[in-house]
Amino acid sequence: MDITLKIRRFDPENDTEPHWEAYGVTVLPTDRVLDALHKVKWEVDGSLTFRRSCAHGVCGSDAMRINGRNRLACKTLIKDVNPDKPITVEAIKGLPLQKDLVVDMEPFFDAYRDVMPFLITRGNEPTRERLQSSKDRERFDDTTKCILCAACTTSCPVYWVDGQYFGPAAIVNAHRFIFDSRDEGAQQRLEILNEREGVWRCRTTFNCTEACPRGIEITKAIQEVKRALLTRAV
Amino acid sequence: MTTDASTQAPSELVSTGKASEALDTRFEAPRSAAPKVRDPRRPDRRTNFELYAWLFMRLSGLLLIVLVLGHLFIQMVVDGGVQKINFSFVAGRWSSPFWQTWDLLMLWLAQVHGTLGLRTIINDYAERNVTRSWLKALLYTSSVFTLLLGTLVIFTFDPNI
Ligand code: FES
Repeated sequence: MDITLKIRRFDPENDTEPHWEAYGVTVLPTDRVLDALHKVKWEVDGSLTFRRSCAHGVCGSDAMRINGRNRLACKTLIKDVNPDKPITVEAIKGLPLQKDLVVDMEPFFDAYRDVMPFLITRGNEPTRERLQSSKDRERFDDTTKCILCAACTTSCPVYWVDGQYFGPAAIVNAHRFIFDSRDEGAQQRLEILNEREGVWRCRTTFNCTEACPRGIEITKAIQEVKRALLTRAV
Repeated sequence: MTTDASTQAPSELVSTGKASEALDTRFEAPRSAAPKVRDPRRPDRRTNFELYAWLFMRLSGLLLIVLVLGHLFIQMVVDGGVQKINFSFVAGRWSSPFWQTWDLLMLWLAQVHGTLGLRTIINDYAERNVTRSWLKALLYTSSVFTLLLGTLVIFTFDPNI
């Protein structure tokens, strides 16, 4: 079938403002938006720039705004995004645009680093592995699924304001350790998320939960961090 | 390959001539040169202010539902409608400590609730720090003024003027 892709192009060397450009390509309804982008890049305009690596929803590099919603191009089928009309594709919002569909991810990873996304322990290391019951593992299972694609954080209106808010992805990854029975850094992480730009800026708009390509219940995770802070303080 | 400085190849890719060194590809991973957008001066305040503000919004909201709806219901329905409200009606009402407390509570909760709500909106919509601080200064001044004036009136209301 013939579809039209409307892509928001930006070339930092020649353009001052991004602009929309339409491309007609022939695809199967069961192709993915990523396949259509490949067609454009390989057959129509080689200068089209976007990130992708695994092409199977694992690496999290091709989050983009497709028909106004953040999704992974490699997990979105053409038939699911109303191919009768032009399909719009643009870079995710809230991060500095570098070229076409590529944004600077550093601010996003800065927030991620700030919550210390690694195991913190005290005392002697056990000789063998750190044991954990399957029930304890279950507690944070949902937030281990994050692939850091930034679809959630860049769908959050509070993050769009000035990019100072930690953003859902950082909170999800803090949650993954706060509720890990083997980790001992929960207090430090809670302290960080108690800041002015921490969880209290969350307005529970559920944009993040809706955007997550892994189906993580992000808003719920944020609320659980809030509850942990509340029970700690009062 | 030439080692001439005028070549356009990135310096880390330019061979230095010796084969062993040419194979040594210890160049930096391509990192964005964009400035840090997250503000490194974020204050490291260890207070629970945001937590209590958040909690206050929820609790005062719940109380206000009762207080405001109760107020409206009593004034409009039980006490015989809005046309009965005049100076002497208010005077009679504020002679009772019960209504004084009710109105005082309503004033404080609504005012602080509204101020915190507007603060959130200012934080969200004012982009420049200067605009933000001016708007917030204006907001806090006006709400302190309203609070004090309202409290003063409730306590010192003189029905004989
Ligand atoms: S390309 Fe890896 S997640 Fe889509």
